[in-house]
Amino acid sequence: MNMVDSAQPFKTLLGPESDSQRTQYPYVTGTSVVGVKYKDGILMASDMGASYGSTLRYKSVERMKPIGKHSLLGASGEISDFQEILHYLDELILYDNMWDDGNSLGPKEVHSYLTRVMYNRRNKFNPFWNSLVLGGVKNGQKYLGTVSMIGVHFEDSHVATGFGNHLARPILREEWNENMSYEDGVKLLEKCMRVLLYRDRSAVNKIQIAKITEEGVTISRPYALKTFWEFNAFKNPTVGAEGSW
Amino acid sequence: MTKQHANWSPYDNNGGTCVAIAGADYCVIAADTRMSTGYNILTRDYSKICKLADKSLMASSGFQADVRALQKQLSARHLIYQHQHNKQMSCPAMAQLLSNTLYYKRFFPYYAFNVLGGLDTEGKGCVYTYDAVGSYERVGYSAQGSGATLITPFLDNQLKSPSPLLLPAKDAVTPLTEEEAVDLVKVVFASATERDIYTGDKLEIVILNANGIQCELMDLRKD
Repeated sequence: MNMVDSAQPFKTLLGPESDSQRTQYPYVTGTSVVGVKYKDGILMASDMGASYGSTLRYKSVERMKPIGKHSLLGASGEISDFQEILHYLDELILYDNMWDDGNSLGPKEVHSYLTRVMYNRRNKFNPFWNSLVLGGVKNGQKYLGTVSMIGVHFEDSHVATGFGNHLARPILREEWNENMSYEDGVKLLEKCMRVLLYRDRSAVNKIQIAKITEEGVTISRPYALKTFWEFNAFKNPTVGAEGSW
Repeated sequence: MTKQHANWSPYDNNGGTCVAIAGADYCVIAADTRMSTGYNILTRDYSKICKLADKSLMASSGFQADVRALQKQLSARHLIYQHQHNKQMSCPAMAQLLSNTLYYKRFFPYYAFNVLGGLDTEGKGCVYTYDAVGSYERVGYSAQGSGATLITPFLDNQLKSPSPLLLPAKDAVTPLTEEEAVDLVKVVFASATERDIYTGDKLEIVILNANGIQCELMDLRKD
């Protein structure tokens, strides 16, 4: 009777791939996030670029956000998935506030929650395409942890995502210590971000540094790092190099 | 040319080595604390040993996210057991539960390689060794994970366990004293660390005997 409807079943016969709503690969992505513990809490740094493949598509994306009163979340990977995760967390914090019992979720709880969300989505073969860094302070306890897109998670005194794992963490292992001052912590993060800027092609020179202590979260205004490009090898990298052309 | 884009796998191998040795009245369970992915070290201080009950300890390597899910599942099941029976689960019972839990996910397995160590109902040391989908066996000693290929033949040579085919069955527990077993564990890990890039940083040794649980840490090579 209805000719339009009779065509419907064939669409689903094409299998789950045809109407797939899963993130099989990322579209707009942010690069590394670096986080460290310091004397009074946690410091985190990330740049503000977001790439569409290898195109630098957005240049002013905030990739670090406060979660509730005691936590700070940084994300690399698919930006839309990060924003979806922020919606989940907004809801989580809202429902927690509605108990109105004076209790609130700390960074440990938020990290644990994120861990379950990421692992659950990988079990459904529909992952959130992110590496997340969660830092926070509650009751004098510092917390810094990370979760990957398939649910691998751990705590450490310094963490980094993506390229940061290759380029920033060796620097942190050499130079980090538990009782760093705020100034030294920022200097260390800037050193990491500068190395990433030089060697990670999708990094941009517009960064933010976020701080979380017992007093709360502050995220810096965007600023640029001082760079030096005047090395001879930078100016003419192929001079003296033998080649067929 | 086909479109180039990032791809993903639901599994990862985070490395790590686990060893357990059973004696007449003790059990030694040990694992390194390195967690890796590919050539990266993610952290140098991640414990792979999980206390499931008063007399059952599980050491697991493989895919960390699956291992964590497995530990949570077993802990939850043990909590229910305690509420229903008002006692701690025995090690042999936990061994069966672990097997069933792994087999339940036979067609989307937990990528986890476990050794379960503890004391049985007679207070004798016991070690159970598993594959990822739940087949298991009670043995006198076992090694699992990335360093198992290096450690197992050495333990075989040193401990010469009686064949499980012997009739009447011979007890599989090792003849070592507790101190000898701990020393042996330290030696095999120091050796495995020399050649296996996924083993290192620190060794966590947990000793279970009539006095309860003692924990010991030893440094391993960090390279």
